[in-house]
Amino acid sequence: MMASNGYSVEVEELVKRFGDFTAVDRISFQTRTGEVFGFLGPNGSGKSTTIRILCGLLHPTSGRAIVAGYDVVESPELIRRNIGYMSQKFSLYADLTVFENLRFYAGMYGVPAVELRDRIDWALEMAGLRGRESSLTGTLAGGWKQRLALGCAVLHRPPILFLDEPTSGVDPLSRRLFWELIQQMSGEGVTIFVTTHYMDEAEYCNRLALMNGGKLIALGTPTELKLGSIRGSLLLLECDRLGEAIERVRRLDGVRDVAVFGNALHIVVSDAAIAPTIRGALESDGIAVAALKVIRPSLEDAFVALTTRHDADADAEVSS
Amino acid sequence: MNLRRLIAISRKEVFQVLRDTRSLLIVLLMPLMLMSVLGYGVNLDTKHIRVFALDEEGSQASQDLLRRFSSSEYFDLAATVTDYRALATALDDGRCQLAIVIPYDFSARMHDGRPVNIQALVDGSDNNTAELAIGYAQGVLASYGAVVQAEYLRKSHAPSVNPVLAVEPRTWFNEDLESKNFIVPGVAAIVMAVVGVLLTSLTVAREWERGTMEQLISTPVTSLEIIIGKLLPYFALGMFDTAACAAIAVFWFQVPFRGSLIALSVGSGIYLIAILGLGFWISVATKHQLAASQIGLVTAFLPSFLLSGFTFPIDQMPPGVQPFTYFIAARYYIVILKSVFLRGTSLGFLAGPLIALVIYAGAMVLLAKLSFHKSLA
Repeated sequence: MMASNGYSVEVEELVKRFGDFTAVDRISFQTRTGEVFGFLGPNGSGKSTTIRILCGLLHPTSGRAIVAGYDVVESPELIRRNIGYMSQKFSLYADLTVFENLRFYAGMYGVPAVELRDRIDWALEMAGLRGRESSLTGTLAGGWKQRLALGCAVLHRPPILFLDEPTSGVDPLSRRLFWELIQQMSGEGVTIFVTTHYMDEAEYCNRLALMNGGKLIALGTPTELKLGSIRGSLLLLECDRLGEAIERVRRLDGVRDVAVFGNALHIVVSDAAIAPTIRGALESDGIAVAALKVIRPSLEDAFVALTTRHDADADAEVSS
Repeated sequence: MNLRRLIAISRKEVFQVLRDTRSLLIVLLMPLMLMSVLGYGVNLDTKHIRVFALDEEGSQASQDLLRRFSSSEYFDLAATVTDYRALATALDDGRCQLAIVIPYDFSARMHDGRPVNIQALVDGSDNNTAELAIGYAQGVLASYGAVVQAEYLRKSHAPSVNPVLAVEPRTWFNEDLESKNFIVPGVAAIVMAVVGVLLTSLTVAREWERGTMEQLISTPVTSLEIIIGKLLPYFALGMFDTAACAAIAVFWFQVPFRGSLIALSVGSGIYLIAILGLGFWISVATKHQLAASQIGLVTAFLPSFLLSGFTFPIDQMPPGVQPFTYFIAARYYIVILKSVFLRGTSLGFLAGPLIALVIYAGAMVLLAKLSFHKSLA
């Protein structure tokens, strides 16, 4: 059963405290049916706690969460029939074979006997594990384990899929394969709720929620976040003597922030029109400028800008 | 309760046990090990108590008395010494547990019909043996005294020489009073307590430790399905061990088996559920394998061994300890085992301990279910 209002997940003022520690601090958002919804944030920002509440594995301290039309507190068992979940840590049985794990989870999710063979075949095909049915799961390489875990989580064709850092510790090729599978399922109408701290993966999401310190600090499409995060413009500066250049640029009026990105600098300015002033100032100090141009911020820029601004606000709040 | 999920969990559990050499070894070797250790090692029979004697008189009569000691199967007359000091040293060294002193005026006093005091010195460091030694020694002396008295009366031409009361003891159920017959059937209760609690106490804790529980509880499976699904394979293993213990008891130790196999199976089955339920409860409550196995050992093995009546009769325990024995499942099962093996009691007469075990088993499964939350916190 799907929620009729087009939302798969609705969260309102959700709070989770562990003793004195507030892991999730009054967050609210909605996930549309069929979208890939990314949860982005540093470790300990409350991503996993939120996902566990939505799967009915943790009780919220207060607030409301509706998943697939059911309240997580009132009917967690109905939610469990409608979701697939992949926990952060690999959590299939290492001492069972690939086939035994699939058959076990098919049993847990009550996959009808007539469909059983087809669904297991489908999962084996998807995970690229055909021919390895009788390998012990513990002996598989990381990428295969991950795809098997995904296979186990979707045997019952759940309309909503929760993935908690599904690709951590997996090689780049396997990660790309994994995301192709995610996109494919999303195309079939499955709502995917995924946490990650890989910026490139965040780009694959339809919408992103940025978490920091238990709070939801930004929500939008990757493009919206990139554009909205920077008040002003972003300049890319390639020059020699980077250390001196940082100090020089930072002292100029109209420069908000300077950060090193690889062997270049990213400069946040109120107005791109001061670019010639920057170039002039550096050249008068004898620093050779190879390039200075306006660029579109990357998701990483947005992430850094938003979290530092949020941390600064939080500090200001504490000191006031 | 969904039968397919139940079967899926049991099947998974069977695969895991079959691939876990450590668990398999516990299941297969524990009955053999405990049966040989306890069957041969625990011997509560006090026979052949070593006796030293100091015969100050050295007469025909005193020799007669000592012969009565040496011919009893409870005593071995190890040596006759000539002075009191040697007797004391022998007790000190532990060369004997009992020392007998026959006074120099032994026959003279008997002849005159005056009371005779025989001194018996007992090594009390093992109080069980000491008490038995005193009891047996009194028995030997009393029977000798009766003979002497009869003789005395006959000589003085008394009208009647028949003793007033004569006890003719006859032991039922364990005719030879062999402690083997008393101990060996009970070993099954210990084996099942160890195997049952140890294996099940690990099964849930392991899933929490390895993180597999998080995945499992995100599915629609219910806590009762997990509990019962996991218990079924261990129930089968436990019954296998019970059968192994019974077979070893009957065919190797030659313990009589007078009851019915049905009574044995029903009693064992219910006891097993109680024990597995306890292990499961421990596992659910601790969530850690090490803690679970430690607590399992302390709550199942030791009490089953010490407080169940397996080694020490419950009515001889201090009154303060006795109430605790009601919380030990083995207490009820050992009654059933001994009755079925030695007395041949049928099911109907075992209603008391059976009902106690049913209540116990139900309480354990209920406690396990109540403490098992499908939640991470």
